[in-house]
Amino acid sequence: MPPLPIPSAVPLTYYLILSAILFALGVAGFLFRRSIITVFMSIELMLNAVNLTFVAFSYQHKQVDGHLFTFFVMVVAAAEAAVGLAIILTVYKNRGTLAVDEIDSLKL
Amino acid sequence: MDAILFFLFAAIAVVSAINVVVQRHPISSALSLVGVMGSLAVLYLLLGAEFIAAAQMIVYAGAIMVLFVFVIMLLNAGAEKSLRKGWVLTALAVPLLVLFLGLVSYIIQRGFPDAPLVKFGAFTGGGPKDVGAALFTRYLLPFEITSVLILIAIIGAVVLARKEME
Repeated sequence: MPPLPIPSAVPLTYYLILSAILFALGVAGFLFRRSIITVFMSIELMLNAVNLTFVAFSYQHKQVDGHLFTFFVMVVAAAEAAVGLAIILTVYKNRGTLAVDEIDSLKL
Repeated sequence: MDAILFFLFAAIAVVSAINVVVQRHPISSALSLVGVMGSLAVLYLLLGAEFIAAAQMIVYAGAIMVLFVFVIMLLNAGAEKSLRKGWVLTALAVPLLVLFLGLVSYIIQRGFPDAPLVKFGAFTGGGPKDVGAALFTRYLLPFEITSVLILIAIIGAVVLARKEME
């Protein structure tokens, strides 16, 4: 029986590369989307990618510290989501639009 | 088995993340983001982070994304029109993104030539007991500051979202 082409375990670098891919996609969404809600979701995607890096390095060093950083990132993300979505509600109430390029009062 | 699980859920995460970026409707983006978070929770389990995997499902997929879906439905956000950036920029973006990711992958592979293999069960220090012990000893001050941050966020959200009293 020939050996399987897939290795039995993957090196840790694959996790880091996956994290880089997710982060880059989050940046792309942040730059290219027009709806402010989707821009906000892209930020959450970037935070998730960074969390994966923390947990991967925590595995490499066999320490629990990376998990705690991930925990704090989650808490900050929850607080950020609450305040950010309240801001989105207020912006929509005042201006009637969710497109980031139409919210330009600060532009000269 | 570990490799199969990794490649399966990494593929789900990447496809869902691409879906988050390319979908026109915010609800589709939000549900794709739940897919990313769910597959990341499985990857956390593979890395031995049991508590973080559970917190990922409960806090991210359960609480934060429900908040997003609530706001999308509250605002009745429809499909967005595409941002006018010019076709040159859009055509350049995808090859540049692939090039950048290739470069980053090369640097990561060169930077960690002796990276350990990820085996499920090789690291067992990520359960609730270990995380809680570290949280209430070495990380007690950040934990307490976090509670103040949450309080500020609650007050800020209430102040921002309430109706103006004339």
